[in-house]
Amino acid sequence: MSTASHTHVSGALDDHGHAEAHDHHGPPAGFTRWMYTTNHKDIGTMYLWFAFFMFLLGGTMALGIRAELFKPGLQFFDPEFFNSLTTVHGLVMVFGAIMPAFVGFANWLVPLQIGSADMAFPRMNNWSFWLLIPAALLLIGSFFVPGGAAASGWTLYPPLVIQQGISVDMTILAVHILGASSIMGSINIITTILNMRAPGMTLMKMPLFVWTWLITAYLLIAVMPVLAGAVTMLLTDRHFGTSFFNAAGGGDPTMFLHIFWFFGHPEVYIMILPAFGIISQILPAFARKPLFGYASMVYATASIAILSFIVWGHHMFTVGMPAAGNLFFMYATMLIAVPTGVKVFNWIATMWKGEMTFETPMLFAIGFLCLFTIGGFSGLVLAIVPVDITLHNTYYVVAHFHYVLVSGALFAIIAGIYFWLPKWSGKMYNEGLGKLHFWLSMIGFNLAFFPQHFLGLAGMPRRIPDYALQFAEWNMWSSIGAFIFGFSQLIFLYNVIATIRSGKPAEQKQWEGADSLEWTHLPTPMPYHTFVTPPIVR
Amino acid sequence: MNAAVQLENRRLMGKLLVIAVGMLGFGFAMVPMYRQICQAIGLDSTRVVAASTNTQVDASREVTVELLASSAGLPWRFEALDRAVKLHPGELVSVRYRVVNTLGREVTARARMNTAPEAAERYIAKQECFCFSNQTFAAGETREMPVVFRVLTDAPRDLSTISLSYTFFEVPAKSG
Ligand SMILES: [Cu+2]
Repeated sequence: MSTASHTHVSGALDDHGHAEAHDHHGPPAGFTRWMYTTNHKDIGTMYLWFAFFMFLLGGTMALGIRAELFKPGLQFFDPEFFNSLTTVHGLVMVFGAIMPAFVGFANWLVPLQIGSADMAFPRMNNWSFWLLIPAALLLIGSFFVPGGAAASGWTLYPPLVIQQGISVDMTILAVHILGASSIMGSINIITTILNMRAPGMTLMKMPLFVWTWLITAYLLIAVMPVLAGAVTMLLTDRHFGTSFFNAAGGGDPTMFLHIFWFFGHPEVYIMILPAFGIISQILPAFARKPLFGYASMVYATASIAILSFIVWGHHMFTVGMPAAGNLFFMYATMLIAVPTGVKVFNWIATMWKGEMTFETPMLFAIGFLCLFTIGGFSGLVLAIVPVDITLHNTYYVVAHFHYVLVSGALFAIIAGIYFWLPKWSGKMYNEGLGKLHFWLSMIGFNLAFFPQHFLGLAGMPRRIPDYALQFAEWNMWSSIGAFIFGFSQLIFLYNVIATIRSGKPAEQKQWEGADSLEWTHLPTPMPYHTFVTPPIVR
Repeated sequence: MNAAVQLENRRLMGKLLVIAVGMLGFGFAMVPMYRQICQAIGLDSTRVVAASTNTQVDASREVTVELLASSAGLPWRFEALDRAVKLHPGELVSVRYRVVNTLGREVTARARMNTAPEAAERYIAKQECFCFSNQTFAAGETREMPVVFRVLTDAPRDLSTISLSYTFFEVPAKSG
């Protein structure tokens, strides 16, 4: 090796060299630790706290929406502000809560589960996180500019967004920044997984969580740039005289729908595949059996990801596509039920005749399994063209995607936090409070969202602050459920903080059936730097 | 992390960045692609004009078509010369609109049609219309423009009055 390249390399390896020299030390103290950290555990922690904060913020907006809808008539907000609430609630939950939470899990777990010392590009990792802060500030700040926050729904359809004020520009910029952050994070995750596995850790030995994230990261790299392109076109239509979506200039608003949903459908899998990964780690641990059909799980995940690129039209059955187009998107969508079904059956088979115990992570995982399946079924209902044409833009759709995103993605995130918190913090959470949190979430969630199926079937449109009297009863129950669900998350917050501050010490292998490297090879609490010399995997 | 791994990582990062930049380009390329594909296989529903060949006139009933004119953000004169026409479904009629460009500059504008009730739109078949393309008016120009259309015979019988409305939008200087 030449001297020049040697110098270069040791420069780039500075943090790591530092790490090896001071392996027995903990992290530096104070705020600069978090500002400059390149440690995957620190960055994972920051992602997760950021996601939690955004979750509470987006949740507060959701409770504003449900308070307004508690009874017919206008109570608290004028309609424009109500629309801003639904819009920013969606954006904050998708881009600020669910996605960063999964990236937080990836940061914590990918290096541990493949036996790597850190991520492939630790400095870029720091960047990907800190970019989230200005994006979040732009989204929150857009409430305080003239005209109020974007009010077109999180999908930002023209022509409405073309007409709104400066808040839309702030939202577009936020989306650009979040996109850049996601792409950097994905490059990091793919490179770590493909290049930095411990000796013997073949691809088909990787825990399923790592597999799902590998595939998710490819999806992100493929579709986040498309979203960036779409919002850039909105921006130039607004300010630079182009007419991509402006009918008066020869453009077409439905063009935006095609581009947006080409991103949008893979995006929903970006938000659910890592959840599949988490669930695939938790169920075997508590059933004390290996995951049923590991290879089929990997192939099912990959097929879901590939199919996700050819189904975007199911979001636009009502725009006037030719019947052949509608039918193609309908059948392609239904095809996705096959690999998804494979996964659900594999999970059930994993639990079959297992020696199951029902600690909090397992409860949330089983909650996920039952409720996500309901969301999957209502998705199949919506995939049927004639049914969708009547249910389009009704509360049935709202119910459907909250079943897959809240009791799907979010329940998996919560399950994962309870599952790995003992390992991460070295301390055990309060099981009683965890179970209370689960049951209140379960009751609150179903009370909030199951009646929305009925409201949608009866024809109640979404994104409207007022409604006909016939919808009053179920809306009241839905609002009560939403408040139960929302406030029970404070139990979770308390439980996590109490665990970190004063939990009882956890065991190295807190869960009997857990078998990935972080449980089998690392002590609890974990040192700040792990797998500095890679483990040998057999 | 040794030097070899570091180099491999950077190579892979380069490849992944190429994918990301390529997909950004693909996002933009979707605009002309959709246009081409839809035109090539005839799926472009926005350009279907006067497709019906049925010229039979249904004399058993009469439909009133009220003509409306408005401009969005264009303070010039645009009006329908005929206020309303009564016609039989299937019958070909011609009505006139007029623009007076009072703005003192050249204006390129595009008219969009809509109807009330909305569902009536599909029963109107236009043979000739100034809304088919951009119109450029010189400063001070006055122009009368015909619209030749039929109400299709399969229009529902309870559709006795249709409001036919044109709105002019100014076409931005650079248009895509
Ligand atoms: Cu979709």
